[in-house]
Amino acid sequence: MAQATNFNLEEKFDFSSSLKKKIGIVAIIGLVMLVLGIVFASGGGHGEHEAADGAHHAFHWSKRLIANIWINNVYFAGIAIVGVFFFALQYAAQAGWSTPFLRVPLAFGSWLPFAGLAMIAVFLIGNHDIFHWTHAELYDTTSPEYDKIIDGKKTFFFWPGEAGGFPLFYFLRMVVFFGVWVLFFRKLRSLSIAEDLNGGNSYWYKIRSVSAFFIVFFAVSSSVSAWDWVMSIDTHWFSTMFGWYVFASWFVSALAAITLIVVFLREAGYLKMINANHLHDLGKFVFAFSIFWTYIWFSQFLLIYYANIPEEAVYFVERMESDHYAGVFFINIILNFFFPFLVLMTRDSKRHTIFLKIVCSVILFGHWMDFFLMVTPGTLKENGGVGLMEVGSLLVYGAIVTFVILTSLAKNGLVPKNHPMLEESYNHHI
Amino acid sequence: MERDKNFVLGVFDDEDVLLNAVKEVRSSGVKIHEVYSPFPVHGLDEVLGYRRSRLPIAAFLFGMLGTTLALLMQFYMMKWDWPMIIGGKDFGNFPTMVPVGFELTVLLAALGMVAVFMVSSDLKPYKIPRIFDLRSTDDKHIMAIDLAYNDGAEDKIKEVLKSSGASEVNNKSFE
Repeated sequence: MAQATNFNLEEKFDFSSSLKKKIGIVAIIGLVMLVLGIVFASGGGHGEHEAADGAHHAFHWSKRLIANIWINNVYFAGIAIVGVFFFALQYAAQAGWSTPFLRVPLAFGSWLPFAGLAMIAVFLIGNHDIFHWTHAELYDTTSPEYDKIIDGKKTFFFWPGEAGGFPLFYFLRMVVFFGVWVLFFRKLRSLSIAEDLNGGNSYWYKIRSVSAFFIVFFAVSSSVSAWDWVMSIDTHWFSTMFGWYVFASWFVSALAAITLIVVFLREAGYLKMINANHLHDLGKFVFAFSIFWTYIWFSQFLLIYYANIPEEAVYFVERMESDHYAGVFFINIILNFFFPFLVLMTRDSKRHTIFLKIVCSVILFGHWMDFFLMVTPGTLKENGGVGLMEVGSLLVYGAIVTFVILTSLAKNGLVPKNHPMLEESYNHHI
Repeated sequence: MERDKNFVLGVFDDEDVLLNAVKEVRSSGVKIHEVYSPFPVHGLDEVLGYRRSRLPIAAFLFGMLGTTLALLMQFYMMKWDWPMIIGGKDFGNFPTMVPVGFELTVLLAALGMVAVFMVSSDLKPYKIPRIFDLRSTDDKHIMAIDLAYNDGAEDKIKEVLKSSGASEVNNKSFE
């Protein structure tokens, strides 16, 4: 039986300069790839520039860059908010096993303010490149571009303003969601840190009730943000499963990220109280929610496939039947379902860090691909693909996010040392 | 001495004491027949040195059997035996078979696992279980040690049990 006194509860994560250097190297590699990608895209030319119908229809590389930034924005904002959600979930479920590493998912929330600002900035700069519905002529009945279906959805975007103007309702939702998420994150973090200083059970109860309110808000906001940020790209199309689908993707990615960071912290000599049993539970989480994602993915696919209504099926026609995206479409399922399902199935693979590291890295890339597949066909049509620009921007973005999260993790104690369930966690056994 | 007949029973009140006792008894060279407890004691199977259950392998194999049967059944029905046009799809198209395939995988994995568990742990209807001590269904942990497997070293076993914290040490014989 493990004893409480053996562990160092005062330990702090030391964000060493060598680690910072490594992250910097990844960011520079990404930047080089990104610049090379832009150079090839602008210099190479695919013949579109000579198209007779002028500059309006010519494809410009900046559109691809904006789409890439949007993919990473949505993906990493999701991981950040799900980190806070995971923290809240542990309190709402009164879970004890996860106590020692609770600060890791909580630190994910530190990316939220940056994610919110980036999201707002990219939306203001590149909304015409990403969202078809932002074009004013779609709502003008006299225009040949008038679109009756999109016109029917104008309230959702433009209320209370004029259709085709500034999408006030849409923009407000974005601001409010990020604002409330950041508020909840700060409240939860300050309570958790106050518990370190003062101790006692009262903080646990307070965090639990804040968590409950947060989960209710998150249930609605995660779904609506999925419609806003991802589903509205394909403006004609809709799926009632989409909120869950995006949430499932976010949740698996965040679980994989939590597992990876916990494994690396443990190998760096921190969190000695985390043993194979805790890793086993994290592995189960990743395994289970990979299956959950697949379940949602397939439920959405099967209904559309079976009913075969053109305005629904077009989503999969653009992806599954397209020369550009069919490969990504099937690799997506292999990386996010078959690979984690078969590898993490046995008990041993969930208890050994090498398997967890491989599977979690693959899942993190796989779900980035999932978001790529949600955003790109609608924004770039046949001009998209996974190339230097995509991998480069993912590396740059990932390096920045990791840097922010680790900086935040290093600020406070790594272990919530006065958490009432620490003792239970030491003796966690499955 | 006949096997499975004469036992020494150590009675324990507390599961932590029991876990330590199991370690001590085993390290003194005494072979334990079985430990009976009123509730699952975490870590007991580890200190007893039991091999890990192979039940998950049975579950996987039964699950694969379920998938195979489900797909064969649907292909046979929808493609060869009585082809039907549903929603303009091909006969025997894979995506529509996934839900049934999934359900039968789960069903056969679950039923197969229960069946294998029943057989491997010798649970069957009308079986009259051998009860070492009725209190193991209430508030006591019972450690049973077969004398035949320990060369009948009764005194030594009782000594070890007492020193490792047993609240009582009893003899039990079956006909």
